[in-house]
Amino acid sequence: MKIPKSAAAGDIITIKTLVSHAMESGQRKDLDGEVIPRMIINKFSCEFNGNPVFSCDMHSAVSANPYFEFSARIEEAGTFKMTWVDDNGVVIEAEQDIALR
Amino acid sequence: MSISRRSLLSTSAGLLLAGFFGTSTRAFASVEDVEKAIADFSGGISPTDSGVLNLTTPEIAENGNSVPVSVFVDSPMSPDSYVESIIILAEDNPHADVITFHFTPASGVASASTRIRLARTQSVMALAKMSDGSIHSARNEIKVTIGGCGG
Repeated sequence: MKIPKSAAAGDIITIKTLVSHAMESGQRKDLDGEVIPRMIINKFSCEFNGNPVFSCDMHSAVSANPYFEFSARIEEAGTFKMTWVDDNGVVIEAEQDIALR
Repeated sequence: MSISRRSLLSTSAGLLLAGFFGTSTRAFASVEDVEKAIADFSGGISPTDSGVLNLTTPEIAENGNSVPVSVFVDSPMSPDSYVESIIILAEDNPHADVITFHFTPASGVASASTRIRLARTQSVMALAKMSDGSIHSARNEIKVTIGGCGG
């Protein structure tokens, strides 16, 4: 996760996130010819101080280790919270603070 | 009727190809799937290819497992007027739906990038939904050298 440590009020910053996940597409077969069931991260969201900034719904065609780049407008100091949820309901969370300068 | 050597060769080559691809059980998104995905996203409003939505993709993707895709709409992001969401559809993948980005005025700018899988050479379409309900579209052709289905 790459977020600037600080920004001026009104700045639009770029956020980059990468999470490790196989994103099994449900299209592949194992050595016995059985279809390997789909197991992907299907939802990502970014909140700042509890307010939604950006989110996405994913299907099987998102690459392994999903990478996102998006923007946020900063008006105050606070905390970004990122959440990834996969097909098994496993939740991955990450937080980072940003200061005003 | 005389059969030339050339036509015989091309016919047999055609049959050979048909046999090769015919054994594949993989199903690709039909035109109906794509149209349904568009209708689900747009709510029946016809998209306009107005140039408002910028879709950036490589011309050639050597590895279909990881194709960089970026979308951007040059729009204000105020509570009164902003870009609500952008969907990416891969018309010749097993499922047309790839990803939907949701924006808010706090996004500052309607811009997002990710990496997607493409099964083969095809067109990728993006649709943007604005807060006033209008829908904008963009479409790019991507040549895929090695498909990303892990077949």
